[in-house]
Amino acid sequence: MGISFTSINQTKLSTGEVYCETLCELAEENPRIVALTADLGQSSKIGEFMKKFPDRFYQFGIAEQNMYGVAAGMAKAGLIPFTSSFAIFTSCRALDQVHTDICYQRANVKMISSHAGTSFGQAGTTHHSTEDIAIMRSMANLVVIVPADGMETANVVRAAVEYEGPVYIRINRGFDQLVYKELDYGYEIGKAVQLAEGTDVTIIACGSGVFQAVQASAELDAVGIKARVLNMHTIKPIDKDAILKACRDTRRIITVEDHNVIGGLGGAVAEVLAESGMSCAFRRLGLQDCFSPIGYHEDLMAIHGIDTNGIVKSVHDLLQLDFEDDDDWDDEV
Amino acid sequence: MPLTKEELLAIEAKAHEHRRTIIETTLCAGSGHIGGALSMIDVTTLLYSRFMRIDPDNADWEDRDRFILSKGHAGIGFVAILADIGYVDRRDLETFNLTGSNLGIHLDASKVPGVDASTGSLGHGLSIALGTALAAKQLGKEYRTFCLLGDGECQEGSVWEAAMAISHFNPPNLVTLVDRNHAQIDGMTEDVMPLEPFADKWRAFGFHTVTVDGHDFEAMNDAIREALDRKDVPTCIILDTCKGKGIGFCEGNYRWHYGGITQEMGEEAMRDLDAYYERRVAAIEWRGEE
Repeated sequence: MGISFTSINQTKLSTGEVYCETLCELAEENPRIVALTADLGQSSKIGEFMKKFPDRFYQFGIAEQNMYGVAAGMAKAGLIPFTSSFAIFTSCRALDQVHTDICYQRANVKMISSHAGTSFGQAGTTHHSTEDIAIMRSMANLVVIVPADGMETANVVRAAVEYEGPVYIRINRGFDQLVYKELDYGYEIGKAVQLAEGTDVTIIACGSGVFQAVQASAELDAVGIKARVLNMHTIKPIDKDAILKACRDTRRIITVEDHNVIGGLGGAVAEVLAESGMSCAFRRLGLQDCFSPIGYHEDLMAIHGIDTNGIVKSVHDLLQLDFEDDDDWDDEV
Repeated sequence: MPLTKEELLAIEAKAHEHRRTIIETTLCAGSGHIGGALSMIDVTTLLYSRFMRIDPDNADWEDRDRFILSKGHAGIGFVAILADIGYVDRRDLETFNLTGSNLGIHLDASKVPGVDASTGSLGHGLSIALGTALAAKQLGKEYRTFCLLGDGECQEGSVWEAAMAISHFNPPNLVTLVDRNHAQIDGMTEDVMPLEPFADKWRAFGFHTVTVDGHDFEAMNDAIREALDRKDVPTCIILDTCKGKGIGFCEGNYRWHYGGITQEMGEEAMRDLDAYYERRVAAIEWRGEE
């Protein structure tokens, strides 16, 4: 399937609009694609699909539970439903339907879940979604993806159509800062993308954390610290090889996510490390088991220490830890 | 078409066979949702005898009619029908609820042929049925979708989300049926959380709503035929039923939502079911001689 995005498109389009344009292109070729929303067509930018494919667009009003149940029924009958809602409503409001109708039945539904993390910062905790990665990655049969920017979102939407099974796609409100200039960087579900070389520390990030991690790596490079950056866009199935290679190569790992540190990307990486028997200096950046205050997204990222400055500071902190000073530490791995 | 006497007697015999299977399966499993299975078995028997267009040799036939058992806990009743069709090996009923069995309280669509949705969490089935029906329209298919809800289940808000959407989209070939057996786990529906005026609620949501005796095959047959013919608005058929129908110690008693039975109770239940069936057949025969 051909999609035709350039970074020029992307600078003009919010991530939601990129999703919609991509879906429209794919829908031209695939008549099984339908779009569903629950009164968030405007907010999730799916309006263009409605104009182009009015017979394949379903508006359910403010009734998310029904929408996800309907999507499951449609998928079991052979359609490929793309649902558009806010991440908080997919993962909390309608979770029973997502769990039972979609994941348990392995229904081929693609759940586009926007306004993720604190990207709708001004709206407060009722509209922040800082638990969804933890919730959704515990759903069997479900693939969980957090694209880094609009360009990656286009790739993820295409990959989701090609993949047979339910996919949760977590995107932000508004514009994401550009991580990618082109589509063709070899996107693959479950395969982390290395965005910076490094041997001193690895920063593993997802979503809006990726751009910040790349910036942090550049700043650290200026002071002689080589920070590897991994864009861990797929939280499940997670790229174990990339994590373990980072552990071996850099012995220090920091995770960055716009999400509670419990159970999200940091939790997933920690599980891989713990089960491997290897260990390394490790820190999870994100919301430290709290709800976020209200504010602009960039301010909230700073408050939670997941902006460039926060990441740089954490790298310095981590580099200062000297495990050799600890008599209980036997670094024989 | 109305039912002939022969057809009516054949459906009565089939329903009786299914009621006995429910008790046999419950005895193997040790316990089961006897009450709600016995209240829904008549309508389900009728659907599969007269309406469901399925292929006994291919449960996944893509043009088949769909049946969504929203009250998924009545799986022990539904599985009797699936075994009768041949989708489930009758011997497997003896493993119902046992570790490693494909058959359990809430039937898993991925493991049991003929099950169109994995239900159990209440208030989900009607949305799935709507999606199934909308997909038929989208894909240009003519299969019909029947959804059977429990009445207690209609306390779930999601049922009314689905009802609102069905009324709005009015997909062709979707029939909503509610097993109004008046009972739920903690008591009678009107004591736990009243549903009445129940039919008015469905009407207010835009449904053509009819209430029929859910143990009267002729009345149900007419209502379902009418629902399939009616295209201007969706239809909801409220089936006035009795929980545990046919077994003296179960009938109308909400405590038989779920329960275990001993061998002796099973024998008593079978005697009751046989007597119940004989009374029903006698009534048909008597009427025929009128």
